[in-house]
Formats: sequence, C-alpha cells, structure tokens
Amino acid sequence: MKITILYFARIKEVVNYSSEEVALPEGVETIIALKAWLSNRGATWQKLFSGTGVVRAAINHELVDDMATMDDGDEVAFFPPVTGG
Amino acid sequence: MSVPATLNISVQPQDFDTGLELQQLRAATPQAGAVVSFVGLVRDLSADGKLDQMLIEHYPGMTEAALQRIAEQACQRWPLLGVRLIHRVGALAAQAQIVLVATSSLHRQAAFEACAFIMDYLKTEAPFWKKEIGDFGERWVEARASDEHAKQQWQKNNGKSPT
Repeated sequence: MKITILYFARIKEVVNYSSEEVALPEGVETIIALKAWLSNRGATWQKLFSGTGVVRAAINHELVDDMATMDDGDEVAFFPPVTGG
Repeated sequence: MSVPATLNISVQPQDFDTGLELQQLRAATPQAGAVVSFVGLVRDLSADGKLDQMLIEHYPGMTEAALQRIAEQACQRWPLLGVRLIHRVGALAAQAQIVLVATSSLHRQAAFEACAFIMDYLKTEAPFWKKEIGDFGERWVEARASDEHAKQQWQKNNGKSPT
C-alpha cells in the first residue's frame, strides 16, 4: 500500500520535511502501526511518536485516533495539537 | 429549521474589515434580529516577552473542511440564519486581527451561543498552528487544556451554554 504523509508545524521542523510518499510493508495498516514503523527510522522518530497525545493524526482531512486504518492512496497527516483562533 | 443558513467561510492571508463583514451578513440575512461577532487578535506580549510577529500555519484542504463542519454543527444546534467565518494565515503583526466569527439569528441567544460554540470548536479541531516571534526568539504556542475543557462543556450540555 502506498500513502502520502504530510507533516505540520513543530513536527515538520523535527523531521525536517513537509511530505513524503511511502510504500508500507504488509501488516502496517493502522495509524499506530505506521507510527511504530516510522519509529524504526531512528531516535528522532522514536522520540517523536513515543509521547501520548503529542502527535495528532488525520486521514484524508479527517482527525482520527491511533486505531484508524489506512487504504492505498490515502493522505495521512501528523501534527501537534492545534492552536488556532 | 425551515430556512437554510448562509455559511461563508474564508481562510486567507489578507486582513478583513469587520464592519463591512457584519454589514454584508446583515444584508444576506434580512430576517435577522441579532448579529453577534467575535474578533480574535494578536497580543503584543507573549508569556516570554515582547512579540513582533505571529506566524500561522495551517493544513490547506483540511482547514476549510473542518471549519465548514463546525459551522454546520452550529446550524444543527441553533436556528441560525447566517455564519461568517474568516481565519487568517501567514505572518501577522502584533495587534492584527486573526479570526472573525459572526452569527446572525432571529433572536440574540442563538447568535451568542453559536458564536461561542464555533470559537470553542475552532480552537480544538481546526488545523491551525501559531508560532510567536519576538525578543525572546521564536516558539510554537502550546495547546491549552482550558480550550479542550471549553469544548467538552458543549458536549456535556448538549447545546446549552457552558456554565
């Protein structure tokens, strides 16, 4: 399954880019699995996804929780808690 | 409700003329007996010192969808005639206008409550992020637990104003 991942605000600065396309291995279907898979990239990623509530996720513009599942072609976004208004 | 509400939502770098916006909302909803508005501003002081600039980042596409959904939820809870919502993005100077929420309805209570509801939901669900730049350097604004609490009050009270 191929997906696009977008990063915003503080998280974009931590990972140092704003978007990427990735091909996920078999079995990586949920947000929590995606976070675990990305955490394998190294200490920066591991630290980013290890806290609770620090990183929010959206799939195709909808806020989702860790158990949400992804489909081929989805746009997944990771960002900190929002601070508009 | 019998009359579908007029929803007008903008995400833009440009400033807005609040007086003109309210006049246009009145013109678009001539049955209205009440218009309530809220304007959010950039403070010239942050917790850390004097603020020069506020940078507002957002998630194009999701932002508009989130604001539309929040305005629609407000219309389901209250008999609104119109909603005007503007949120600015990009670099804003101290004292600049950030956000306008204006609601119109037959009577004042619906307009008051819906305006507060929209702001409380916007604060916690719309994908905007603020970064402060000043004599202290730069820092991302942290989300406040009190904003989440304000939203939860609406969920508990199911449409009544939070206490």
